[in-house]
Amino acid sequence: MANIYPYGCFTHAVVRGIPESFGKLAEGGEGLQTDLAKAQRQMGVLTGALRQKVGLQLIEIPAVTELPESWRIEDVAVIQGDTALITRPLKQQRRTEAEAVRRVLSELKLTVLEMGDEEGRSAGATLEGSDVLFTGKEFFVGISKHTNHRGAEVLADTFKDFAVSTVPVCGGSRLKNICSMGGPDTIIISSSDGAKKTLRMMEQLTDHHYEILSVPEDVAANCVYIRGPAKVDFLLHPTAEECPNSVPAFQRLTDYTLLPTACSEASKLGAALSSLCLLINKKPNY
Amino acid sequence: MTTEVGSDSDVKKDEEKTPGDQQQTDKPAEPPQEKSASIEAESGQEACVSSPPAAGGQKKEKTISRFLPPWLKRQKSQSQDKPSESSAPEQESVELKEEQTDGGGAEQTEEKKEEETEEKSVGSADTQPVREEKEDESELKEEEAVIPHEASVLSGLKLNKKMKMVVCHVTLLDGSLFSCELEKRAKGQYLFFQVCEHLNLLEKDYFGLSFKDNTEQRCWLDPNKEIKRQIRNSQWQFTFSVKFYPLDPSQLTEDITRYLLCLQLRQDIALGRLPCSFVTHALLGSYTLQAELGDHDPDEHRLDYISDFQFAPNQTKELEEKVVELQKSHRGMTPAQSDAQFLENAKKLSMYGVDLHHAKDSDGVDIMLGVCANGLLIYKDRLRINRFAWPKILKISYKRSNFYIKIRPGEAEQFESTVGFKLPNHRAAKRVWKVCVEHHTFFRLVSPEQSTKTKFLTLGSKFRYSGRTQAQTRQASSLIDRPTPYFQRTSSKRLSRSLDGAPVVSVSDYSQAAGAGENGPPLELNSDSKSKLRVQGENIYVRHSNLMLEDLDKTQEDVLKHQASISELKRSFMEATPEPRPSQWDKRLTGSPATTLRMQTQGVPQETPPRPETDSRDASKSAEVKPEVNGQPEVVEVVEETVVIEEVIKPRSPAPEASVPVETECAAEVKEERSLSSDSDSEEEAEYHAQPPSTSISIQQIKEEPEEEQEAELTQAPPSVIESQPITEAVEPALSAEEEKPAEPHEDEHTDDREPMATPDEGPNGHALHAEAPPTAEEEEPHIVNGSSSRVEAEHLPQVICCLEPPVVKTEMVTISDTFAAQKTEISTKEVPIVHTETKTITYEAAQLDGNGDGEPGVLMTAQTITSESLCTTTTTHITKTLKGGLSETRIEKRIVITGDSDIDHDQALAQAIKEAKEQHPDMSVTRVVVHKETELAEDKD
Repeated sequence: MANIYPYGCFTHAVVRGIPESFGKLAEGGEGLQTDLAKAQRQMGVLTGALRQKVGLQLIEIPAVTELPESWRIEDVAVIQGDTALITRPLKQQRRTEAEAVRRVLSELKLTVLEMGDEEGRSAGATLEGSDVLFTGKEFFVGISKHTNHRGAEVLADTFKDFAVSTVPVCGGSRLKNICSMGGPDTIIISSSDGAKKTLRMMEQLTDHHYEILSVPEDVAANCVYIRGPAKVDFLLHPTAEECPNSVPAFQRLTDYTLLPTACSEASKLGAALSSLCLLINKKPNY
Repeated sequence: MTTEVGSDSDVKKDEEKTPGDQQQTDKPAEPPQEKSASIEAESGQEACVSSPPAAGGQKKEKTISRFLPPWLKRQKSQSQDKPSESSAPEQESVELKEEQTDGGGAEQTEEKKEEETEEKSVGSADTQPVREEKEDESELKEEEAVIPHEASVLSGLKLNKKMKMVVCHVTLLDGSLFSCELEKRAKGQYLFFQVCEHLNLLEKDYFGLSFKDNTEQRCWLDPNKEIKRQIRNSQWQFTFSVKFYPLDPSQLTEDITRYLLCLQLRQDIALGRLPCSFVTHALLGSYTLQAELGDHDPDEHRLDYISDFQFAPNQTKELEEKVVELQKSHRGMTPAQSDAQFLENAKKLSMYGVDLHHAKDSDGVDIMLGVCANGLLIYKDRLRINRFAWPKILKISYKRSNFYIKIRPGEAEQFESTVGFKLPNHRAAKRVWKVCVEHHTFFRLVSPEQSTKTKFLTLGSKFRYSGRTQAQTRQASSLIDRPTPYFQRTSSKRLSRSLDGAPVVSVSDYSQAAGAGENGPPLELNSDSKSKLRVQGENIYVRHSNLMLEDLDKTQEDVLKHQASISELKRSFMEATPEPRPSQWDKRLTGSPATTLRMQTQGVPQETPPRPETDSRDASKSAEVKPEVNGQPEVVEVVEETVVIEEVIKPRSPAPEASVPVETECAAEVKEERSLSSDSDSEEEAEYHAQPPSTSISIQQIKEEPEEEQEAELTQAPPSVIESQPITEAVEPALSAEEEKPAEPHEDEHTDDREPMATPDEGPNGHALHAEAPPTAEEEEPHIVNGSSSRVEAEHLPQVICCLEPPVVKTEMVTISDTFAAQKTEISTKEVPIVHTETKTITYEAAQLDGNGDGEPGVLMTAQTITSESLCTTTTTHITKTLKGGLSETRIEKRIVITGDSDIDHDQALAQAIKEAKEQHPDMSVTRVVVHKETELAEDKD
């Protein structure tokens, strides 16, 4: 489609602040031991990189203490082109996180679509953005604890231009934990056995060819690739501290500007760099 | 066909004679006339040989049908009604031809005219007045076309009978109706060409005609079959549409082709067959608008009539506004540019060119099978859950209502697996199979390198069901050299809608309404709306091929028997030949499909072409197999012929036949089993070996002779189509070993009628025959050969062997030798990676009773190959060998490729070629003529 552009062209990023309740789970309880201040610092580094290094317009939605997981903003919407699908996270408590996001996306003049009623066709559908890998050419939806077939179907109905393939998520709790885009035709994926299995399925299902950048550490498999307005390839990736063995792999990406961005606190909660932002391309397509 | 019956009885006599007469001497040189007569006899013979067990009435049993066991036979006769052309006795066709070329044509035309006028009134009755004009036009066209048409396509028909004309209506992509008169027995191709001519379309290969069968399924009209037989009792109403969606429309040569593709896609989109997002609907709509209306004019209130266009299945005001808004940005774009942009965007849609079929997986879960250019896609709801790229598929088959694909093992896997799907019914299974075969051929059996091998390309170019593969059609269209044709872009997408702009309720009518208007034949409207219902309701993509639609009235028992024998053969074959497999496949990972099942795992890692040496199979087996071959659809039309003429200087050194032939035989037998599987398609089940080009050539060669020659061929051979060549080559040497012996008089012992064709080979005297014989070659040849072969078989072992190679769908090789049955049998093997074609190789050779030293290949002294191009392509290979006795022998192989469509007089060309060969080497004798025909597949009976 006209809106099929090489993956990575973004103009806007939407993030959400780290709340005081960071580390707690949405349904309550204590969760893991995390360092709130460090998490907020890391978020600051990320937003700084997006805004200043990459040059995106950044929209930051304020944190809400009542929504301890709202900073995982990637989960609540899947955006492609001018269309945003507000997802239905597995946890009931998280569904209110979408309200603010919905408002922002509407302001950005995106076509905001909902998953539909709880009843009817999409009944029981769950979908989280971190289970969705959009490659610019097609969608892969990881079937995981958080995302089911129903949810994937709704996604397929929403983005009709694209092939939507479902893959099992092996070796991670969410699809994006084990892979992410590293370029218009590049998929970065963990070299764990589970990830390989998922990759095999993806390769079987796709009509396209992707370069595979295999990284030894799981945590390194989640990066954020953005082709900046100045046509520069940026890759935000976990720091050498977090994934010492994978950094050489990133350095193989020629002509990239690598932006090591720490995300260690978020990863303690199973999140990753991509979990923290929604990327949008508002460049006029036509 | 009366003629056939006549020949039948003749043959019967001959047939009775033969067993005993086997030894009867044949004159060294048989006069031409005699020959053709005997040919005729033979052609009939095949039928009668088989007839005892089978139903008496079937005359049209094709080729090797005589080997069919009675039960099989019966099925066939009931279920397949084959086109008559191919079965017409040779003699008749020759006569016809003369008639036509001489005064006959004119007569016919007159006749035709008469009928036309008759019919015209009939036709115009149900045609709206407005179309009258068009009709006249088409009539004119028709007249022009009459002669070539009949001469070629209908050559087998009796012309003295009055032609019955019929009017048919074709709905074009812009919704208009095209009407023309056809002779009732015209083939699909004829109508298709008429339509293409009307449209001024040269790049036709992407398109096809379809009709609705009695179950309202849309079926593709097989160009090589008579229309009447395909549509049966349905209306003579067809739809012209895109059959193969070009992967990259920008590579189409002409704007008109792109325009037609646009029309198809607009229709697909409007009907919801091609799902798009809102944005895409808007964008595509804006290009449509630009193409049809030109630049946006701010003074115009475009929105007022914009709703006449159908941009989406559920069109909203919002969409229309968006369309108009987007169109403003296309200012200055020409219609052609707009179309191109439209296509650039549409081609990226994930469902572009995907032909969907309802099915269930092994667990009974509803899924959709999507056949597309790249392979087979499996959808559950809208989700893609599996995908099998063509390179991963080894074989496609169906059995009753099941459809199977055999998957190449992945890197980590040891065994191939078979995945099965359940289709709603047998016909549906067959349809999917068919569509797969077609798409595989069209899109996959092509490699870019082929472009350099023009010679071979031409060879393969006409085989296909649809004529050509994508690569070939691209190549052909690159040669198009004409001024851009003018064509009118009609605003076909108009639909009168209520002024309030409410979305159209009945989407389907729109295309109809646009073209035919209210005046359109009611019937069509009907069917159209029906189709729409189906399409929308069940989400069926209605592009189907009818090629495989015949269906069995066979009893369940028969079916089972058949299957049993097939599987038995298969099994034994498998066990016999564990082989390394070609590794050239792409290394796509094989995941195990999520919902699909692995039906069975076979012990054999790969199906590979068997090596002759490893295989030992008894003759009876091959005989058994033959029936399968029969199952093949008839050859309707000869598109191509390859004639191999070998001239041999024979030293006088008789040598006993050695083991070589035997070996060869084994090979052939093995192959045959394969053929079995692939041939069976016309039966209840069918298989298609989707091996990629070039897979196995090297492995399977059976060679004893000039290695160079083979190699050369191999390297030359483009992966796909050409495969057949090398292999044939490989075999030939082996065969020739036999023939290289001096032709002895006693060869003639063969019954005269028996191998009319063989005579040429017999010695110097025989050349007269050559000149004569060839003419018969065309369609009839296979028959004759078959006839004779059948006889051979009756007497002994498999003298006739059909070999199929995996990539082949319909391939047949028949080798017939004059040699005594007692003597070694000849076997030829060939591999043809062609799908919708039937390929035959027929070898005629002089019998060489006393084997010469050929059992031993001898020492190769020289071998050279000269290729020249003239009328036809000729490849000459000189091979000089030292034989046992220290004698040397030179064998010259000429490979003559005659390519052309039906308009070419193959017989003539063949005769000429042989004559020339004779003249060039007067001191040599022709020992063997191998006619290798590759024809478009005629379809099985409906």
